[in-house]
Amino acid sequence: MSGYPEYMQESIRLVEEKRPDRIGVHYTPMAPEERQAILREWHPDFKMDQKRELRVGPSAGELMPHEVADIFEAHPAIKPGEIDLSDIAFDLDVLVIGAGGAGLSAALLAGESGVELDRILMVQKLRLGDANSKMSQGGIQAADGVDDSPTLHYLDVIGGGRYVNKPELVEALVKEGPEVIKWHEELGVIYDKLEDGSMQVAAGGGTSRKRMHSCKDYTGLEITRVLVDEFLNREIPYLEFTSAVELLMDDKGQVAGAVLYDMDSDEYLVARAKSTVLATGGFGRLHIQGYETTNHYGSTADGIVMAYHTGANLRDLDSTQFHPTGAAFPEQIVGQLCTEKLRGRGAQPINKSGDLFVYHLETRDVEASALIRECYGRDNGIVTPTGMRGVWLDTPLIDIINGEGTIEREFAAMLRNFNKFDIDIRKEPMLVFPTLHYQNGGVEINVRTETSVPGLFAAGEVVGGVHGKNRLMGNSQLDLYVFGRRAGRFAAERARKATVGKLTLSHLDRYEKWLADAGVETDRRAPFLLPEYRGKRTLEHQLKLL
Amino acid sequence: MEKNESEMITIYVMGKKHLVPADLTIMKAMEYAGHQFKRGAGCRGGFCGACATIYRTKGSYKLQGALACQKIVEDGMYIAQIPFCPAEKKTYDIGELRPEANTFLEYYPEIARCLSCNTCTKACPQDIQVMDYVQAALRGDVEEAAKLSFDCLSCGLCAVRCPAEIVPYNIAQLARRLYSRYVVGPTEHVLNRVEEVEAGDFDAEIEELKGLETAALRERYNKREMRV
Repeated sequence: MSGYPEYMQESIRLVEEKRPDRIGVHYTPMAPEERQAILREWHPDFKMDQKRELRVGPSAGELMPHEVADIFEAHPAIKPGEIDLSDIAFDLDVLVIGAGGAGLSAALLAGESGVELDRILMVQKLRLGDANSKMSQGGIQAADGVDDSPTLHYLDVIGGGRYVNKPELVEALVKEGPEVIKWHEELGVIYDKLEDGSMQVAAGGGTSRKRMHSCKDYTGLEITRVLVDEFLNREIPYLEFTSAVELLMDDKGQVAGAVLYDMDSDEYLVARAKSTVLATGGFGRLHIQGYETTNHYGSTADGIVMAYHTGANLRDLDSTQFHPTGAAFPEQIVGQLCTEKLRGRGAQPINKSGDLFVYHLETRDVEASALIRECYGRDNGIVTPTGMRGVWLDTPLIDIINGEGTIEREFAAMLRNFNKFDIDIRKEPMLVFPTLHYQNGGVEINVRTETSVPGLFAAGEVVGGVHGKNRLMGNSQLDLYVFGRRAGRFAAERARKATVGKLTLSHLDRYEKWLADAGVETDRRAPFLLPEYRGKRTLEHQLKLL
Repeated sequence: MEKNESEMITIYVMGKKHLVPADLTIMKAMEYAGHQFKRGAGCRGGFCGACATIYRTKGSYKLQGALACQKIVEDGMYIAQIPFCPAEKKTYDIGELRPEANTFLEYYPEIARCLSCNTCTKACPQDIQVMDYVQAALRGDVEEAAKLSFDCLSCGLCAVRCPAEIVPYNIAQLARRLYSRYVVGPTEHVLNRVEEVEAGDFDAEIEELKGLETAALRERYNKREMRV
């Protein structure tokens, strides 16, 4: 039994008929000028009516999506007068905000760098390890292959990022890739390997070598759960369901911890810290331009908002990554990730007539644009029962090219998640359309992971500059550990000599003034911590009595 | 159009009756009914195990396990979430262990009480052979335990159902780390590359790239040799 309705199966028959002729055949990769042109015409980032110039603060004048500008043009979540800063709940050397890959790495390395463990605190608004880090499927890049080098990786990253990445951050990323893999293996991460003991690697869009290391299609899950297990073994203090809602500053203009919010009791808690590491992830749950997202429930952009309230520099927030292949059918999983590794192992994007229409390993921005054009420019997509459009990702090719059993062995998650809807991706293609995947920009850092505000470090998706305007597959997994580890080390180093002055939240008053000066009148408050998906009727009739 | 978009069914969230669209997942149906999750929602894509749920369908006496983000509601379904499992996790230094049965027995001695009843396997929303990996660990076969348990999300449903009070997912985590660290071991070409980087072998090349103007960098990028 197929989970696809009959009219889709008719199109699948065309995909099947033409499949033998497509095996081993590649669509020609686009020339550089073609890539420029398709981005300008079809990529959501280039729709100028979907963006505006930010009106508030040091980055005023920068273009960003309306949804992002909205959270900056919003009142801070708390008012300074509401908080008693003399009542200090935690007095710390290092406060880590966020417990995904970057936060866990930072906390582990801060502990290894000489900070007493009870002077570290990691806070997380959901559970330990609940983050996009855990959802990464396809892999992590690292230039450790004999035919590869960090230099080649550097070129891939910076060309893929459209040459606006911060070069010194790219250098750190590519040089420390092999070290990260070594660290993971010492901790007990199980990477996919060949019989000779070398890494099994795959290609990704825009990579010049096969350097995608994987743990089946549960790469992020495997790495994150090992880091969580190690974090618990070391007994570093942590709080779950406790969110940072604003950063604290002191009278010397340094960031000095955060105001925390206990999501069970609604209590606030003052955490004073010599060094604060922001590892709060990205903005997928803002649903830029109404797109569905692959992102975790907690991806609500808290970090960029809190950092901006202290005056930290931002960059590249005009650019959003749309992953080329989100599920377009069935409705229950629309927007969820269909890993790029599927294409890395040979699956091709195919239109409703069964024809290949783009090289399967263009960079994500270009590949996504090609899918959007096929559906909306050329009307070659399949329309789903809910009116969405998509094209086929011809997954049965993977077993044909790499041998029967490959999908079962390497794509257990994809196989399982589609099987629940009676779609066997070994025999039938997936219907896909681009989905909101990654915040390319964010808070600016240097190679020491220092932001422009003393005392505030940042790592992971909350950061901008590593990936320029477009990230390559597998480089965010790597980025988490390279910069998370650096943040832990440098935050510890700073804590050894820094002193904290008198605590203040006066930067929130300053922010209110910036809002007023810019003429922003709004009821919006940010950060907002969790997205709102309750039914319309519920929200229209809401009373808050308890 | 095959699907009737407006078909509504009845579900019971912790006993309370709600009318919801028939094609929603448990998670989306609960949101439709007015719940805003703090606990019980995570990745929303079947990768994190935050939304472990126990349910019973109409006319059945069986309590079954599912992930709320992955399971479609059914008419007459009774639902309760178990977003946290108060199981004990032992702490250890992964560098000081041995990949053998005694390691499991030392940290999780209750593993020896396994009744081979297979309740854990039936409870698993990932269809993992949970009992088989527990038995493999008991035999000291860390490879088998690691491989069988690889797709585990640590949702906790096996642990709450186990009559022998074993916490299978903690055993699985230990097995996987032991397997990687002691059976598979480090990768030679990774270690070699780390040494080369530390020796500064790539410094000059990368320094040169960092100094290039965009036009020159673009030319280098466009001309790079693709070997994929």
